[in-house]
Amino acid sequence: MTPRHTLTLDGRAYETALTRKYTLRKPYTPADPGRVAAVIPGLILEVLVAPGARVRRGQSLLVLEAMKMQNHLAAPADGCVRDVAVAPGDTVAKGQLLLVLQPDPDSL
Amino acid sequence: MSLPRKLKDHAARHARATDPHPEAARKQAAQGKLLARERITAILDPESFHEYDLFVEHKCSDFGMAGKQLPGDGVITGTGTIMGHPVAIYAQDFTVAGGSLGLAHARKITKIMDHAIKLGIPLIGINDSGGARIQEGVNSLAGYGEIFYRNTLASGVIPQISIILGPCAGGAVYSPALTDFVFVVDKISKMFITGPEVIRTVLGEEISMEDLGGARVQSEISGNAHFYAESEAECFEQVKRLVTFIPWNNRKKADPFGPASSRTEASLEGIIPAESTRPYDVRDILRAVCDGSDFMEVQALWAPNIVIGFARMGGRTVGLVANQPSVLAGVLDVDSSDKAARFIRFCDAFNIPLVTFVDLPGYLPGVDQEHAGVIRHGAKLLYAYSEATVPKITVILRKAYGGGYIAMCSRHLGADFVFAWPCAEIAVMGPEGAANIIFKGEIAAAADPEAFRREKVKEYTEKFASPYVAAANGHVDAVIAPGQTRDFLLHALEISDQKAEPRPTRKHGVPPF
Repeated sequence: MTPRHTLTLDGRAYETALTRKYTLRKPYTPADPGRVAAVIPGLILEVLVAPGARVRRGQSLLVLEAMKMQNHLAAPADGCVRDVAVAPGDTVAKGQLLLVLQPDPDSL
Repeated sequence: MSLPRKLKDHAARHARATDPHPEAARKQAAQGKLLARERITAILDPESFHEYDLFVEHKCSDFGMAGKQLPGDGVITGTGTIMGHPVAIYAQDFTVAGGSLGLAHARKITKIMDHAIKLGIPLIGINDSGGARIQEGVNSLAGYGEIFYRNTLASGVIPQISIILGPCAGGAVYSPALTDFVFVVDKISKMFITGPEVIRTVLGEEISMEDLGGARVQSEISGNAHFYAESEAECFEQVKRLVTFIPWNNRKKADPFGPASSRTEASLEGIIPAESTRPYDVRDILRAVCDGSDFMEVQALWAPNIVIGFARMGGRTVGLVANQPSVLAGVLDVDSSDKAARFIRFCDAFNIPLVTFVDLPGYLPGVDQEHAGVIRHGAKLLYAYSEATVPKITVILRKAYGGGYIAMCSRHLGADFVFAWPCAEIAVMGPEGAANIIFKGEIAAAADPEAFRREKVKEYTEKFASPYVAAANGHVDAVIAPGQTRDFLLHALEISDQKAEPRPTRKHGVPPF
């Protein structure tokens, strides 16, 4: 590897090669607490809430079948369901948006 | 000087060294933080604290440090008791030069550490420090290094507890990281190697201190913290509770506690759903079998697909490890393997028997897992279980498939007793997958492939998705009804009390960390 990059640490710039992992790293974005995404790829078995519904923290929102298990996805906070992005029978990828929650400001 | 005058002089010196600086104390309180001395008093039994090295002074004369008196050099050290258990303790004092660490400060800490190691008593460190005392230059680094060295020597000899009650940044974080249990408090604890300022200048990324290394982040995302509390008072209660579960040192067993009966054994049957694809909270099982339902979960918020923690059975402390079907179906992955492996090694080092509850579909598939090193991290779990020589008892509750079956303290990794419930499914893989592979050709050639496939899945399920093939081979010692679980566990623990399992001599193993 030929050093063609610089890395500045503690006010000094170092001429150095960068690793693939470093170059490909994604910039930090704060997690959106209202975004309920698939934690694991699988099949949506049930949607237990409809848009507009009031939910409490820990309440099951959807059932996602994966790894021989009917996984319940729980509300991360008290709030109101703004949008449901999937329907029973949908196959979803990891990280796919399933539901949008409007969390109560004091519930986070 | 006459004795009465000397006593008066002593009282004055003592007061100068212990009275908090009013302005600094006010700032500390404004941040919702207790003073270092108040913290020690709150954790220890009343009147039990005995302080040492109160009059230690630094020897730095650079950058205006000459003649600058720092009471206790910014750290309070001593010994005391928690519920009658002896402990060594130190607390960094942020009101004295920001709790900054110079050589004298560090040497007070290493001295109390040396005491704790020699005396064989747990060490508790309260971290609240701005970091290195820059004026002392490399001597400050020397101080950190000497602490880390002793943290490592003490590892597996005495339990080490770190309580983060303020900033703990840069190299300083490596002392807690080397200790066994890290306690954090919401909005007070901050841990990171490089702070938000450095991240902004080097990478151009904006992040708050809380989002970077706050209590929640360290408990939920990084796994650096083991216990999360909303307040210092709650945190201290957690520390006290933990101390009652663990032994003083590696030569002793944890003090027995009056045996209490379990909540109810009959309820066990009702906890697990009949369908093996339905989730339940495995902690309900743990609470149902342990004394008084008193289960202290460790790292509850990180990698919750595996549950670890302490409980008592028949008055003896046990370490519990259980797959959690209600989170990620209870799979093993990078973080859950890492979490369980370290806990198992703690229990083994401190003579705490291990009881493992198995219900998992296997390892989590995925590119991210493979690239994150699930092979290397998963191997830690196999290593830790195989290495452990404390009594190892395994209960297979429901699913135990493939590599997951082996990893969860199977007979093959040296379990002393393996019990399985009648609803256990112990097989190389799930019926669907197995049938598809074994009968691939026949399924393709069948007149009605789908019907043939379903028939073979059924056949496989009936034949292999049970505990009886494993029992027929002696891999399972007893198939027991859920209601018999506590009885079998208590008996197994009782007769394993004097277990000895000598191993080949070696300097140390080379685990895949």
